[in-house]
Amino acid sequence: MKLNWWQPSIVLALVIGFWYAMAYWYDKGKELAFVVPYPHLVLDTALNDAMFRNALLDNLFQTIVVTATGLLIAVLIGMSWAILMSQARWLEHSLYPYAVILQTIPILAIVPLIGTIFGYEFASRVIVTVMIALFPLVSNTLFGLHSVDKAQRELFQLNGAGRLTTLLKLQLPAALPAIFVGLRTAAGLAVIGAIVGDQFFQRGTPGLGVLIQVSNSRLNGAGTFAAIITASLLGVIVFLLFGLLGRLVTGKWSETS
Amino acid sequence: MTVTLEPLLDFADVSMRFPDGTTALTGVDLRVARGEFVSVVGPSGCGKSTLLRIASGLEQASGGTSTVSSRRIGYVFQDATLLAWRSVRRNVELLAELHGVPKAERADRATEAIKLVGLEGFEKHLPRQLSGGMRMRTSLARSLTLDPELFLFDEPFGALDEITRERLNDELLKLFVQQGFAGLFITHSVAEAVYLSTKVLVMSGRPGTIVDSFDIPFEMPRDPDIRFTAEFATLVGKISHALREGHR
Repeated sequence: MKLNWWQPSIVLALVIGFWYAMAYWYDKGKELAFVVPYPHLVLDTALNDAMFRNALLDNLFQTIVVTATGLLIAVLIGMSWAILMSQARWLEHSLYPYAVILQTIPILAIVPLIGTIFGYEFASRVIVTVMIALFPLVSNTLFGLHSVDKAQRELFQLNGAGRLTTLLKLQLPAALPAIFVGLRTAAGLAVIGAIVGDQFFQRGTPGLGVLIQVSNSRLNGAGTFAAIITASLLGVIVFLLFGLLGRLVTGKWSETS
Repeated sequence: MTVTLEPLLDFADVSMRFPDGTTALTGVDLRVARGEFVSVVGPSGCGKSTLLRIASGLEQASGGTSTVSSRRIGYVFQDATLLAWRSVRRNVELLAELHGVPKAERADRATEAIKLVGLEGFEKHLPRQLSGGMRMRTSLARSLTLDPELFLFDEPFGALDEITRERLNDELLKLFVQQGFAGLFITHSVAEAVYLSTKVLVMSGRPGTIVDSFDIPFEMPRDPDIRFTAEFATLVGKISHALREGHR
């Protein structure tokens, strides 16, 4: 997909306009200015309030660390899981339901359990991230591995290629475009996982999720908005980054990307 | 007349029954020796491709005996089956790579094969940058690197336009004369079969069996213009007629 800049820009302008209108209403109409702060105040807090800015950057860094760690682990588990399933039909039948079940488990429901077992720090935040990011990696990798043309498979078979050779020289390269689609989705979800993880497991050095909660509890509307927008931007950047990476790796030969 | 050679491919009373109960082939006798180019024509779904799958070892015949006395088999699929992420050169090298041929030698073989199919200058192109005809040439070159003694073709030019198809027919004939392999060619174009082959077999459908056999008298190498002679037209007519009879 080619990103078109001016149409989204118009939408952004409309959203900011609406935001100003809401902020004005809360400020003058309800005299609760901190609930919806003016956009320029949010920007001012994020850029010029040294203490808040430092906290924002520190927390952003922590969120990036959790996102990256969780995503990496999710990639390793997700791809291994899919590769294992692609090796035999009975393995796929045995293991695929659990990929689906994993996705349907309400994370909120098992949060207390994760906390009890793994503590309320980094490890638990990463586990939540992995659980949220895993499914698209499993399903897209599996889809990609299965997308290999039957005749190409037979070509390899006729020429004496074993499982490993077929996997490395045929299935995995053929699956790359699908894997990158999964990776892009998973990366966006990993950011969400890291923020959600923060809100439940607040010990140690948490990230943006905690900053959002703390700012909100202190009625620091500008800070809350700044942290939320930073978290959203992180999600967008990560999504674009993996889209770009996918195009760099497979764009030349793939028809789909 | 040439001396009868030991056949590279020998089918005796071969039949194929699939587990679901459909019979694809029954009582097929077929022999292809070095220097022979045998085409099989028949309606779609008559089991022509199954014949090739048995010959290549992709499928096991359920009855009769099928003997292939060479391990150097080339197989050209209906589709070029190129790997989209590999350049022409790396696609041509693939089979030698799978057979564990050392790097330097497979590069030499690829260079040679690319020259044989006239793809010099396109070595770095990716499949998506090539026309259908050029993809098929790449596919041919890929098989040529194995220097096959027995070449199996599964309607390789069926998806190409008429002009490209005729040109590739000419080149395939040239390769056949140069390399002297045994060819088994599946097609549903009678004219293509007559032009390429030393022998044309006619198959009937459901279950597939060979109902007629025609020796093609034209000398090799062949002049492309024989396609416009009366003798050629008569042969095409006779075979088309046999095909209709068998289909009935």
